[in-house]
Amino acid sequence: MKAQNSKLKTQNLPDEMGHFGIYGGRFAPETLMPALQELTKTYLSAKKDKKFQKELDYHLKEYVGRPTPLFFAERLTKRLGGARIYLKREDLCHTGAHKINNTMGQILIAKKMAKKRIIAETGAGQHGVATAAVSAMFGLECEIYMGSVDMERQAINVFRMKLLGAKVTPVDTGSRTLKDAISEAMRDWTANVKDTHYILGSVLGPHPYPMIVRDFQSIIGKEARQQILKAEKRLPDYLVACVGGGSNAIGLFNAFIKDKKIKMIGVEAGGHGIETGEHAARFAGGSVGILQGTKTYVLQDDDGQIKVTHSISAGLDYSAVGPEHAYYHDNNRTEYTYITDNEALEGFKILSEEEGIIPALESAHAIAYLMKLAPRLPKNKIIIVNLSGRGDKDVHQVAKAMGERL
Amino acid sequence: MSRIDKVFKKLKENNQKALIPFITAGDPDLDATKRLVIEMEKAGADIIELGVPFSDPIADGPAIQKASYRSLKAGTTLKKIIGLVKELRRTTEIPLVLMTYYNPVFKYGISGFVRDATDAGVDGIIVPDLPPEEGEGIIEEGKRRGLNTIFLLAPTSTKERIKMVASVSTGFIYYVSLTGVTGARESLPETVEASVNKIRKATDKPIAVGFGISTAEQAKRIASFADGVIVGSAIVNVIEKNLGKPDLIEAVSDFVKTLKEGII
Repeated sequence: MKAQNSKLKTQNLPDEMGHFGIYGGRFAPETLMPALQELTKTYLSAKKDKKFQKELDYHLKEYVGRPTPLFFAERLTKRLGGARIYLKREDLCHTGAHKINNTMGQILIAKKMAKKRIIAETGAGQHGVATAAVSAMFGLECEIYMGSVDMERQAINVFRMKLLGAKVTPVDTGSRTLKDAISEAMRDWTANVKDTHYILGSVLGPHPYPMIVRDFQSIIGKEARQQILKAEKRLPDYLVACVGGGSNAIGLFNAFIKDKKIKMIGVEAGGHGIETGEHAARFAGGSVGILQGTKTYVLQDDDGQIKVTHSISAGLDYSAVGPEHAYYHDNNRTEYTYITDNEALEGFKILSEEEGIIPALESAHAIAYLMKLAPRLPKNKIIIVNLSGRGDKDVHQVAKAMGERL
Repeated sequence: MSRIDKVFKKLKENNQKALIPFITAGDPDLDATKRLVIEMEKAGADIIELGVPFSDPIADGPAIQKASYRSLKAGTTLKKIIGLVKELRRTTEIPLVLMTYYNPVFKYGISGFVRDATDAGVDGIIVPDLPPEEGEGIIEEGKRRGLNTIFLLAPTSTKERIKMVASVSTGFIYYVSLTGVTGARESLPETVEASVNKIRKATDKPIAVGFGISTAEQAKRIASFADGVIVGSAIVNVIEKNLGKPDLIEAVSDFVKTLKEGII
């Protein structure tokens, strides 16, 4: 069911209070309200500040390794036998995923606000690693909250964060995954807001986070647009990205949102299947609610208690979706579908075999959807898939799922 | 005049301060909550806060997190808590305030919630993750049906926010004593008194202080300058310690008595 919403707007979103239509906003404890206002003000002034933009551009180029390639996946295109497939290679960013586009931007903002300490939550560990890396590079103290279930399934990333000098604090409450890590990071921030900046990792949370994270991730779509125009002399027909909170998807979609002929598809985690209740498909199985600072589609029961989610991919295993996605969903600007754990494993394998690229399990959901989409499109259509991260962190878990002993 | 207004007025006339204990409704079950409300009133409570359990309590420390979990496990829902208030109204007139995260109320439906809550005899609501900027709907409905909407101020609140929050809050203003989440603390910031005095300059409404207060001594200090003292986690800790024991109710009641003696 789609909620009532105003006419589709593609510009000047969100409004001053962080609303995307009826979604978003700032549902935060009073203690954090002044900090959220300060963050908004600092960010908006940095956005206009050429010196800040220059500094960000420098670090994105020299440290993150941007621009990332837009790779024509020739063998995969042939194998699937339909549309031409391009991969936006965010997996080639330093630390292995798109997450660092945002952490780099936010740590520069934190420096502007003279914060001494950085905290973050992490699900798959990619945002945690990206936060730990930039904290190390700028010499700031860093603490990462991570659900203990996620720590177990993403053990390699836990060790990487430690190597990068971060303190990794396990979260043992609730479902012991991303949702609980965010709650714990918010509690820490509430207690230490004076000298600490919270680098939230996706287009979630209270305003201004969904806006800031989107803006910092928009570099993905800006580059992809130029690159596809150069390669194909035209815009793509489809954009595909996985959606946990939805930062890599918004990052790709944002530069194309006004081109209404381009179809945009977000792929959520179908887990063991919608009918089992063990999934993280918020649009397929959720309803409008408020979680961790924002109004959006949430997986919840009839009493407004948040449901526990499941996905093979820790980065998609979350009960709410970014509010801007909710807005575009209701206005039919974007479409959302889901891919099950088993299908994602097929995506993981096919990209490894055909292109020599091991995708993150999150991105493997987008690849698995591509396996359904590409074959039914004519050969003159173009699809860009955001390959949001690399799969090195997932090899143990995939081996386990495939019954291989390492 | 609401039940809450009347209590503060009467206390002020007698130069007394309000003791406001908090318990999570349904911890360990709703029957215990019912008995606790009655006994806490006898022990000297002036207003009682009933916490509505939520799966993701971002503003709460471990004590109330665990209480919420126990309560949810026992099957507590917002609907059942409203039902409990209705039952309690047969025997007591003590002001009852629900402290809840926003999502259970939103899911219930704002106007339906305010209607059912006021019909049952709920006097006020505190929603820690709902700043006045997002609370227009509930403020309006509350005004219409006579539900006090109590908003919070914190040590980090700016002058502008103090003015704004003080102007929309009804019943009383909840001042959060410290920068952090709920939970008993050994010591409270020295600055609480100055902060309360700062808020007084912006409003004549009663100011109750909560978060961290866990002993009769601390309650006494707070009562020397605030209009009300809110004690939550420390009481919840007494409940936790006495889970499954026959004297749970009595233990809580005894603790509330010592708090009351502290502020008289």
